[in-house]
Amino acid sequence: MTTSADPRVTFDYAPAPESRSIVDIKASYGLFINGEFVDGHGKAFKTVNPASEEVLAEIAEADDNDVDLAVRAARRAHRSWSQMPGAERAKYLFRIARIIAERSRELAVLESIDNGKPIRESRDVDIPIVSAHFFYYAGWADKLRYAGFGEQSLGVAAQVIPWNFPLLMLAWKIAPALACGNTVVLKPAETTPLTALLFAEICQQADLPPGVVNIVTGAGGTGQALVGHPDVDKVAFTGSTEVGKAIARTVAGTDKRVTLELGGKAANIVFDDAPLDQAIEGIVDGIFFNQGHVCCAGSRLLVQESVADEVLHRLKRRMATLRVGDPLDKNTDIGAINSAEQLARIRELSDVGDAEGAERWSPPCELPSHGYWFPPTLFTGVNQAHRIAREEIFGPVLSVLTFRTPAEAVAKANNSPYGLSAGIWTDKGSRILKMANQLRAGVVWANTFNKFDPASPFGGYKESGYGREGGKHGLEGYLR
Amino acid sequence: MTRADVRKTYKLYIGGAFPRSESGHTYVANDAKGRFLANAALASRKDARDAVVAARSAFAGWSGRTAYNRGQVIYRIAEVMEDRRPQFVDALSSTEGLTARQASSALDAAVDRLVWYAGWADKLTQVVGNANPVSGPYFNLSTPEPTGVVAVLAPQTSSLLGLVSVVAPVIVSGNTCVVVSSYARPLPAVTFSEVLATSDVPGGVVNILTGSAETIGPWLASHMDVNAIDLGGVAGSPDLATELEVAAADNLKRVRRAPLAEPDWSLEPELTAMTDFLEIKTVWHPIGV
Amino acid sequence: MLGGMVTSESEVETTPFRDLDVTRTDSSLHRFLHGLPGVDQVGAEQRAAALSSRSIKTSAKAYALDLAISMVDLTTLEGQDTDGKVRTLAAKAVRPDPSDPTCPSTAAVCVYGDLVATAKQALGDSGVHVAAVATAFPSGRAAMDVKLADTRDAVEAGADEIDMVIDRGAFLSGRYLEVFEEIAQVREACGGAHLKVILETGELQTYDNVRRASWLAMLAGGHFIKTSTGKVQPAATLPVTLVMLEAVRDFREATGTMIGVKPAGGIRTAKDAIKYLVTVNEVAGPDWLDPDWFRFGASTLLNDLLMQRMKLKTGRYSGPDYVTVD
Repeated sequence: MTTSADPRVTFDYAPAPESRSIVDIKASYGLFINGEFVDGHGKAFKTVNPASEEVLAEIAEADDNDVDLAVRAARRAHRSWSQMPGAERAKYLFRIARIIAERSRELAVLESIDNGKPIRESRDVDIPIVSAHFFYYAGWADKLRYAGFGEQSLGVAAQVIPWNFPLLMLAWKIAPALACGNTVVLKPAETTPLTALLFAEICQQADLPPGVVNIVTGAGGTGQALVGHPDVDKVAFTGSTEVGKAIARTVAGTDKRVTLELGGKAANIVFDDAPLDQAIEGIVDGIFFNQGHVCCAGSRLLVQESVADEVLHRLKRRMATLRVGDPLDKNTDIGAINSAEQLARIRELSDVGDAEGAERWSPPCELPSHGYWFPPTLFTGVNQAHRIAREEIFGPVLSVLTFRTPAEAVAKANNSPYGLSAGIWTDKGSRILKMANQLRAGVVWANTFNKFDPASPFGGYKESGYGREGGKHGLEGYLR
Repeated sequence: MTRADVRKTYKLYIGGAFPRSESGHTYVANDAKGRFLANAALASRKDARDAVVAARSAFAGWSGRTAYNRGQVIYRIAEVMEDRRPQFVDALSSTEGLTARQASSALDAAVDRLVWYAGWADKLTQVVGNANPVSGPYFNLSTPEPTGVVAVLAPQTSSLLGLVSVVAPVIVSGNTCVVVSSYARPLPAVTFSEVLATSDVPGGVVNILTGSAETIGPWLASHMDVNAIDLGGVAGSPDLATELEVAAADNLKRVRRAPLAEPDWSLEPELTAMTDFLEIKTVWHPIGV
Repeated sequence: MLGGMVTSESEVETTPFRDLDVTRTDSSLHRFLHGLPGVDQVGAEQRAAALSSRSIKTSAKAYALDLAISMVDLTTLEGQDTDGKVRTLAAKAVRPDPSDPTCPSTAAVCVYGDLVATAKQALGDSGVHVAAVATAFPSGRAAMDVKLADTRDAVEAGADEIDMVIDRGAFLSGRYLEVFEEIAQVREACGGAHLKVILETGELQTYDNVRRASWLAMLAGGHFIKTSTGKVQPAATLPVTLVMLEAVRDFREATGTMIGVKPAGGIRTAKDAIKYLVTVNEVAGPDWLDPDWFRFGASTLLNDLLMQRMKLKTGRYSGPDYVTVD
C-alpha cells in the first residue's frame, strides 16, 4: 500500500477529505408515515459510522402497530395515487429525480458516513444512478401500455432492503413501484437508515402526496411484521438467500406477489486471450468495489490455466496500489466493512479458507485502529469443494480457481446453487456469446464487470432469487 | 405618461444563434384580431440551406449522446418553458386569441407533451428494438437509430402545442431538425427558440425558420442532405403536399404525409411520430467457442 | 530525483534487440506484436478516468508541481522560430520563475535541429538538456538518408536528445520490420544522444496499435517512447499514455531494460499534468517518477504549473501578468 514518510521517494497522496459540513445529522429520527415524521414505539437503536465506531444517531424501531399504521396509510393513499393519470405520477417522480441530483453531494457524504463506502463510489456511482433510476421510471408511468405487463398496479408494496447500497436499493424498489401506481412501505437495513430518512425529506420537498411513500426503520422484527402484514399486495426483498427463502414460505398460500434479489457467488472467467490489463481491472472491480459487499460480486476468479501465473502476478501487483482507509478521503479505494457482525463473518470464512488448505495473500496494509476493516485478500489453490468457493463471503475476498477449456469454465461457473451474475474476459466475440448462452446467470458481463444502469434488467437465476429490477422488465413485478 | 416599451425583434434560430434572414426580408405578423404584432423574419432558401448545414453538423454529437442525456435535455426544455409561463400565456393570447385561462391550459399541454417525450428517450429502444430468434447459431439484434436531418413543416393553427408535438418526437431519438413554423402565428415559435437556447440544447439540433411552408417547403423537400420530411404544415393542401412528396423522392426521404386536416393535438400521440424517423439496424454475430 | 538535473548518460544500454527471433523477419515481428494482449478501449478509458479522479492536495500537490516542472521539455517548433525566440525560451527553461529561485529548471528545451547550436550556447552549463526533433519531423515523409542526415546534424550541433518520428505509413501498412530498421538506424546515428521515438498516436487510432508501436520502438532501441508531434489532433491523451506506461512496465519485466515515456501536445493545465503523474505512479510505478524516465512535451503548461505553484505558496489565485510570456 502506498505509505511513505518521504514524499520525495514516492508520490504520497496527502489527505484529501470531503467535508462533512454539508450533512446535518439529527440526534434522533422517527418513522416516516403518511407524509410526516412520527415516533416509533419499538426499542430505539443506534446507527454507527463503521469507519470510526462513532455513534451517529438514534433510530426509532417500528413495532407491529407502527407497521400497521404505515400499511394503512399506504392503502389510503393508493386509491388516489393509482387513479392519478400516469403523466401526473411521472411528474412527481421527475421532481424526486431532480431533487436527488440537486442534493447529490449531501446524499453521497451521508451514505459514506453511514455505510462505510468510499466517497468516490457514493459520489460517482451510487447517487448518480439513484437519480437516473427515478428519472428512468418516471418516464414509464404514462407509457405502461407499451410495456406489455398490464396496466393495473398491485396495491401496497412491502419493501425490505439491505445495507450494501442503501439509497440505490431504495431507488430500485420505490421508483418502479410508484411509476406503476403502487404505494410503498419500505424498511431500510438497521445499520444504514440515514439516507432513506433523508429521502423521506426529499419526498416532502417534492410535495409527494402523503402515504405514497412510508419509511419504517427497524431490524428483523420490523421486516417480518411488514412482510407478513395481511393487507400488503406485494413483497419485494433484497438480502440474504436464507431470509429470501423464509419470505417465500411466509407468502405461500396468499395472493401476495413476490420478487427476491438474493445472494451470489459469481464466476469471473478469464481466458488466455483476454485484454489482460482491462481484465485485471475487471477482477479488481468485481470483488473489491464496495468492499466486496455486492451480491453480484465476481468472488470466484476462474482463470485459464495457461495464463494463471501471469494473471495472478499482475493481479497482486495491482492490488498493492489499492488504498484502504477513511471513506471520506477522496482517494480511498476500499472503505470500511459495514458492521462488526459482517467483519466477524468475513474473518470466520477466511479462516475456513486457511483451514481448507487454500493459500491466502493480501498486500501489506496499514489498517486504522478504530472501525471495521479487512484488507483486500485473495486465496489461491481453491477448488470447487472448498467452502470459500461455494459460500458467499460478502467481503473483499477473492477465491481463485483454474480451468482448461470453455466447457470446463461453464461447468464450474454453473456448479452453484446461486446464479446471479458472471463475467467473461476474452477477445473473441463468438465465444462471449456462446458462453453467455450457456451460463446460468441473470446478468452476464463481457469484458467489463459491475455495470449497472436503470435501463438494464438485473436479477438472478436459481437461489439468487426471482424477478428483475431495472429496464422494461422491471415493471413486471409491479403490474397486473 | 405610459412607459414606451422596448419591443422584441423576431429573428430566426439557426445553429444556436439568432440571425436575421440573409435576404433582409420580413413580413407582417398580426395578432388574432388582425392588429400589428411585429415584422417577423421571412426565411429564404439560403436560410434553409444554412439551417440544414447547422443541423447536419449537430447530428453526430446529438445522436452520440446517451439516451438518458437526451431525455434530461428535453425535460429541461419543459422546466424552462414552465418557468416562462407568463410570457407564453401572453404570446398565445395575442397570437391565437385565447383567454388567459385557455392559454395557460395550452401551455400546460405543451409542457406535459415535452415531459412525455423526455421519458421516451431511453425506452424507445426497449419498445421498438429486440433480439431476433433466427434459425442458426447467431446472435441477432435489431435496434432503432435516428435517420439524420429531418425537415419539419410545423402546423399552421396550433402554434405551440402543435409545434412541440412535431419537434420533440424527432429529436428525442437523436435526429436534428429544420423547422418552418406557422406562417401566420410565428410568435410562440420565436419564444420557443429562446427557450431552446437556454435549455442545454446544443446549437443546430433544432433550427427554427419563421416563414412560409409553401415557399421554403420545396427547397427542403428537394434538399439532398435532408433525410426525412414531416409535411404536417401543409395539411389541407393536398396538391402542394403531393408536389413536396414527389420532390422528396429524389433521395428517397422518409416522408410523414400531411393529414387532410390538422389533428387534435391534445390526444396522446401515436408511436409513429417517433418511428417515422428511425432506421432499424439488425446485427448478426455467430455464437461459438 | 527532483530539480532540473538530468543525468547525461543512461545507466542501461538500449541497443536494438536485433538477434531475437522476433526481430529477424517481418512475419515473426508481426506475429509477436499481434500476439501481445489486446486493449479493450472502454476498459482502458475507464481506468484513465478513475485515475483522473484522484485528489492531489497540499504537500502532495507541491511535490507533484515541482516534479512536473522538472519534467517539462519546454518546446518551440514553429516555422517562424528564430535565434532570439530560442534564447528567451532557454532562459525561461533555466529559470522559469524569475521571482522564485527555489523553482526547479525544466528538463530540456525542444527545438528544430537547425537551432540546436543556439540553444546549446544559451543554456551553457545549466544542466538543462537540448532535445532536437529530427527525421523530417513532423511527417517523417522523406528518404532514409535525408532523415539520417537530419539526425546527425542535430547531434553534431550538440543535441543531447533526439526526438524522431516513425514512418506511420509503413506501420499502418504492416511493414513492421521496415519501421524497426529505421528506428535502429537512427539510434545508431544518435551516438551518445538519447533517442525518443514519436509514435504519433493520433494517427495510429487504436490502442492496440499504440501497444504494438510501443513494443516495436522499444525493441528497436529507443530510450523513450513519445506520444505525438503535437502537430496532429488528438495529441497526447491520458488513456494513450496509460497504454504506453503499461508497455514500458511490461518491457522492463520481460527484458530488464527501462524505457521512458513522454506525452506531448494537449497537456495545458497543471491539473492535467498531475493526472499524468498519478497514472505514472500507479501504472508503471514510482521508478518512473523522475525526469530521466518521464517528460512532458509542452509549452503553455509551464505557466499554469507556475501559477499553481504560486497559489500554493501565497494562498491566492494568480494571473497571466505574474508569469512571463517567454
